[in-house]
Amino acid sequence: MQKLKLVMIGNGMAGVRTLEELIKLAPDLYDITVFGAEPHPNYNRILLSPVLAGEQTFEEIVLNDLNWYADNGIKLLLGRKVVKIDRKARVVVADDGSQAEYDRLLIATGSNPFILPIPGKDLQGVIGYRDIADTQMMMATAKTHKHAVVIGGGLLGLEAANGLKLRGMDVTVVHIGDWLLERQLDVTAGRLLQQSLEDRGLKFLLPKHTAELLDNGEGRVCAVKFKDGEVIPADLVVMAAGIRPNSDLAEQAGIACNRGILVNDTLQTFDPRVYAIGECASHRGIAYGLVAPLFEQAKVCANHLAQLGFARYQGSVTSTKLKVTGIDLFSAGEFMGGEGTETITLSDPIGGVYKKLVIKDDVLVGACLYGDTADGGWYFRQIRENYNVSEIRDHLMFGENAIGDTGHQGQSKAMSMPDDMEVCGCNGVCKGTIVKAIQEHGLFSVDEVKKQTKAASSCGSCAGLVEQILINTVGGAADVKPKSEKAICGCSDLNHGQIRKAIRDEHLTSIPAAMAFLNWSTPNGCATCRPALNYYLISTWPGEAKDDPQSRFINERAHANIQKDGTYSVIPRMWGGVTNASELRRIADVADKYNVPMVKVTGGQRIDLLGIKKDDLPGVWKDLDMPSGHAYGKSIRTVKTCVGSEFCRFGTQNSTQMGIDLEHALFNMWSPHKVKLAVSGCPRNCAESGIKDVGIIGVDSGWELYIGGNGGIKTEAGEFFVKLKTAEEVMEYSLAFLQLYREEAFYLERTVHYLQRVGMEHIKQGVLEDAERRKALHERLLFSLSFEQDPWKEQLAKPQLKKEFDRIALQQLEAHA
Amino acid sequence: MNWLDICDLEEINVLGSRIVSGPKGDIALFRTSADEVFALDDRCPHKGGPLSQGIIYGKRVACPLHNWQIELESGKAVAPDQGCAHRHPTKVENGRVLLALAPHN
Repeated sequence: MQKLKLVMIGNGMAGVRTLEELIKLAPDLYDITVFGAEPHPNYNRILLSPVLAGEQTFEEIVLNDLNWYADNGIKLLLGRKVVKIDRKARVVVADDGSQAEYDRLLIATGSNPFILPIPGKDLQGVIGYRDIADTQMMMATAKTHKHAVVIGGGLLGLEAANGLKLRGMDVTVVHIGDWLLERQLDVTAGRLLQQSLEDRGLKFLLPKHTAELLDNGEGRVCAVKFKDGEVIPADLVVMAAGIRPNSDLAEQAGIACNRGILVNDTLQTFDPRVYAIGECASHRGIAYGLVAPLFEQAKVCANHLAQLGFARYQGSVTSTKLKVTGIDLFSAGEFMGGEGTETITLSDPIGGVYKKLVIKDDVLVGACLYGDTADGGWYFRQIRENYNVSEIRDHLMFGENAIGDTGHQGQSKAMSMPDDMEVCGCNGVCKGTIVKAIQEHGLFSVDEVKKQTKAASSCGSCAGLVEQILINTVGGAADVKPKSEKAICGCSDLNHGQIRKAIRDEHLTSIPAAMAFLNWSTPNGCATCRPALNYYLISTWPGEAKDDPQSRFINERAHANIQKDGTYSVIPRMWGGVTNASELRRIADVADKYNVPMVKVTGGQRIDLLGIKKDDLPGVWKDLDMPSGHAYGKSIRTVKTCVGSEFCRFGTQNSTQMGIDLEHALFNMWSPHKVKLAVSGCPRNCAESGIKDVGIIGVDSGWELYIGGNGGIKTEAGEFFVKLKTAEEVMEYSLAFLQLYREEAFYLERTVHYLQRVGMEHIKQGVLEDAERRKALHERLLFSLSFEQDPWKEQLAKPQLKKEFDRIALQQLEAHA
Repeated sequence: MNWLDICDLEEINVLGSRIVSGPKGDIALFRTSADEVFALDDRCPHKGGPLSQGIIYGKRVACPLHNWQIELESGKAVAPDQGCAHRHPTKVENGRVLLALAPHN
């Protein structure tokens, strides 16, 4: 098949990101030609300020070097500005006369700095701040001249002023508004910022209107004159008074524009063959100037270009961060407040801390932080995910720490951490290593940081901290999507929710069928998506979908837990933590017979045999003659119990029997993540029911149920769910909740995170309020479990399943040969 | 090359593996969805994890210990990780899997 021709005008971050996404989806669909007006490959424009400030070099901020273009077969035409689009002939023409035909055209021309229409604007020494050439010019001027004036007190203006100051110039910032960053900060925070920048030696004139730039007689600027008559010296004037979408080319070609090239939700313009993306495009009336939305657009645009067409761009919530080292500032959403909103403020002008949160209809809609931005990422997540904050409202101001979610070592101040402090305790990764990787490799998401540095790639408890470091390093460009919006893995653009829905709606019952229907980009997925798909299939279509052992992690294939030396641990089930002399004798015999190096009592009230060779597993199971404890799976683990009313002088209920009954009922249950239960016989709670997925506490008048507790990486107390009278009710409600979790949670989502995502209200509606629905959920779980059997017995009974455990001896075969 | 006859192709699951006891430690045999068979020393270049126990996809295996991705054809770790598992030549003839032992340097 002849390839289609794709031409891209502009070689910036948004456009090149679109090509990267497109190549992932459809590597062979297009012959791609790129026109770039600058003589450089794609670089990280948001890091121009650190280059100006002398913290990084240009080479360090290049995102795609020339080899990348060559490796992907992209024809790159640098230093050539496109001057005409002929839509009839479907050809673009550059200023050097070169031409390129297209089937699809992508306009990614970005924006131009807005140059004030005042006398003297064309003098030497007057520039905008947009690209590496401007940056280099400023750096050169700082060596030979003294006085710099920056017009515009926005993000870009302040970053330029800070950089020029660091390069030794005397810098004055002129701003038309009443306070700095009036689009990112409210007046109080703006004043605090001004104060701290003045302490660094910057001067400010505001509100002030520039009238004219004066000539030194040789065509170079020498002074700035204001409307009130004041004149200040200036050898360099940087115009940072805003940007204008660069849509001239599109306008000349008759494509509809209105402060940007108008695009629909698939980033197509008035001419459907022509796409526009990035700062030059106007989507639902907004032309975005920050990187994160542009990357979201890139994903959608690539999806459409790849002829998949199921992604839509629906606008973005944005956040900003000033990249001036040592100044902490963060804002997101509608932080100005206004009609129908409520505001919570914390103000400490002496300590230099100011925080403002804006709430509307019990949802956080905006945040403006100055001086302490550690919780910026967390607030941003609340805003994006529309969490109802009414229940945590009184703690909200004090951040993530204050709601009992302490995070890794309680450490949550990414900004104040020294570079050599360890962030990821599993893989020994320090803050400095992460920052360096983010800068050198141009990383924008936590997943990319995980891949590159291994930080947060094991237990994940430091993921929040890594996210903060990312936000602190690249600001608003950080891609901090929640799991519910993220693609499952590199094999597909779909997120977990979309995949679950398709499997249910389309009655997909095998991994190949699901991958074919969902247009998987790889032949058989990867180690991330296959286990998730396998779980979704067997949990949605019990009895119909066939379990695929090859898509399970080794622990669930070997039915034992792999250890660092490749041996396994074996934990037989002890119902409710109750055992007897004959079981203990068999365990002791197995320990002797197989030379088990360690026998250990677990936290789940059973016994762990560690250091078993894989070949020995079937023998160990046979000799134990006990059921599998599923201590290795995304499955029911244990039901921990206290002795309860049978023996304990305080016990109010028979918690041991309740636990045994629950564990029998849930035996062999696969789930999105591991599931642990506990039953205590009185409020002293000796079985630690408060930190279990389902925790049950007996009281004199019945039972209390708690859900969503977790004793692992982050200790989370379970939330009170319901109070019940009888053991039968406890059974029905617990199983109904767990089935709802099995049907709705994403793979590897613990109950606590599922609860946070869907909300307690939703779970109460599903399980408590509608008796019919509860019974149906309960029935569905029982139906699902009716197809499962003890995996150890199954492995022993079916010899073909044993093959995996037999090794092939080589010596013997050599003798044959 | 000294080819050793190992087993029937059907004795390795599709996207599965078997372990061969080699003279210098275990060798992992992998079978892809396209019925190609590859052999690597059963030790991840990272921390020695048994690659034979990993999830196989495309022409790669994910180490079960720390999820390093290893190329089955070359034994090389997928970037940004660096390292290489020792590989041995294999072929499939008349439904039989043949293995040659490549010496360690």
